[in-house]
Amino acid sequence: MDWQFVFSQALTQAIGPTMLVYALGAIGLNLQFGYTGLLNFGQAAFAAMGAYGLALSVVAMGLPFWWGIVIGLLAACVMALLLGIPTLRLRADYLAIVTIAAAEIVRRIARATVWSDTTGGSDGMRGFSEPFFEMIPWDRDTTWSFLFVSMDNGRLAVDFGIFELQYSYRDTWVMIVGWTLVAVILVVMAFLIHSPWGRVLKGIREDEEAVRSLGKNVFAYKMQALVLGGIIGAIAGFVFALSRANVQPDAFTTDFTFYFYVVLILGGAARIFGPVLGAALFWFLYNILAQGLIQAISADVIPPSVIDSTQVGPLVFFLLGLGMVLLLIFRPQGLIGNRKELMFDVR
Amino acid sequence: MSDDVKAGVAAAKAALAGVPAEPGAPKQDAILTATGVRRAFGGLVAVDVAHIEVQRGAITALIGPNGAGKTTFFNLLTGFDRPSRGSWEFDGRRADRMRSYQVARSGMVRTFQLTKALSRMTVLENMLIGADRQRGERLWAAPFRWLWLKEEAQNAARALDLLERFKLADKRDHYAGELSGGQRKLLEMARALMLKPKMIMLDEPMAGVNPALKQSLLEHIKDLREEGMTVLFVEHDMDMVHEIADWVAVMAAGQLITEGTPDQISADQRVIDAYLGAHHDAAQH
Repeated sequence: MDWQFVFSQALTQAIGPTMLVYALGAIGLNLQFGYTGLLNFGQAAFAAMGAYGLALSVVAMGLPFWWGIVIGLLAACVMALLLGIPTLRLRADYLAIVTIAAAEIVRRIARATVWSDTTGGSDGMRGFSEPFFEMIPWDRDTTWSFLFVSMDNGRLAVDFGIFELQYSYRDTWVMIVGWTLVAVILVVMAFLIHSPWGRVLKGIREDEEAVRSLGKNVFAYKMQALVLGGIIGAIAGFVFALSRANVQPDAFTTDFTFYFYVVLILGGAARIFGPVLGAALFWFLYNILAQGLIQAISADVIPPSVIDSTQVGPLVFFLLGLGMVLLLIFRPQGLIGNRKELMFDVR
Repeated sequence: MSDDVKAGVAAAKAALAGVPAEPGAPKQDAILTATGVRRAFGGLVAVDVAHIEVQRGAITALIGPNGAGKTTFFNLLTGFDRPSRGSWEFDGRRADRMRSYQVARSGMVRTFQLTKALSRMTVLENMLIGADRQRGERLWAAPFRWLWLKEEAQNAARALDLLERFKLADKRDHYAGELSGGQRKLLEMARALMLKPKMIMLDEPMAGVNPALKQSLLEHIKDLREEGMTVLFVEHDMDMVHEIADWVAVMAAGQLITEGTPDQISADQRVIDAYLGAHHDAAQH
């Protein structure tokens, strides 16, 4: 059994394109849930707004790529406003119910057969990502090497000796763009959170009536957080759609939202780097479990009478769920959360 | 200091000297005037106050048995609840259509019966969030530190002065959730002062405060009057009302039944009836 391969694979994934989608989605959620206390259970729909906004603009309307990006971001803003206006004056749980319902509505509309000529129905859409990959500044036959980093015919490889990370031509580009986005967004977030504006958000999380009694327009602040977090969710949707070169409605189920929550809680809510660390750890664990089990089965370390390779998927999610429960019991603050903050009863 | 104290008390006493002890009595210089304020929850009329005026610069107590509608009236005046009908003016401006945050910005700041300290924020952060109209609280300005750093430093200096006065300065970097109940009351009052209010509304400031802290809390409330602020507070504790209130308004069953100086109120048969009745009821529960 090739442990080196399993470990290399898991590590490759832990900082790869899919991890970036989780990280970005959870960063948006961190602003909404971690700092402001807004229970947005529809982050998948914000990602869908970005993904479908881009795909529909480019494929159905024939607009240029950058217009697709703008429309995707605007769609997320509009959705945040539509969801926020009726619910943000109400108690927190109303937003939770409305967002979870809205996310399902968005997905159902996307897979509706009525518009399947345009949206592709449950098959989704493709053919919008070419302009993005045409931007790759190096050729497919580029080959170079520098210390332990090398590029072989456009593919990136990072060789640490005992294990090696490998990325395809396109994945490398998605990662460069994705990590740049993560870095820029985190810097802006850090500035925002460590400002009086960020202090008001935290105050709202603690007790919105108190903040209202101090002359702050709580509704406006919550709306700002919802819109900004939704925009970051849409950016996660762009990366998701572009990395797969397609959009499919059933990728945007509530599960998707809950992975964002898992990532956020795993990393530590209300911490700038929480979502990134959480996403890396989550996706590393998922891959090492999945790959490890598959390898163990194919190498007959685990006999097929106990478990076969088709059962690996569900088992991995079972183990991750168990891990989540244990985390909440033994380390509720996540990887880098502040334990002290959890000692107080907020109400 | 003692001269100052006398000055504030004397001014309040003088302003209220000729005011008749009857509900809705007109005041020399009312900062708050409310008329026909009614709040019904379905068929239950919680508040039905025909007229009330609150004297500027004085400490007014709003008392009454449980369920008299004091806190509901408080919530209405501060915009935390909407009246079924009625209107009121605060400091010359119509205030009954304002939202709660607008009321606070116009100079009428409230505290809560159950203290609302922002637990997972430090004591100093709790204070700073109270400062009004901060540039750095605007989304567009927030990322650009140089736009608000100076303002923040001024606010922090003022916050530390207030914390010093409320004997919380050494706790400034502690989480507010670590404070005792009485310290939270002090913090909440200090935080309200960050807005530089004209009138401060205290909802049961003594509830849940240990006797040792009570006296210092009383002194702080008296200091507010010396600084020219108007205080309206809801309270059950008659000793406290006697000690600090210049004027007392009594509510029972949603209505304002009488007003007067603390001495006049203690002698008033209607008040005794309202309270004893309520106390007998309470004893049965």
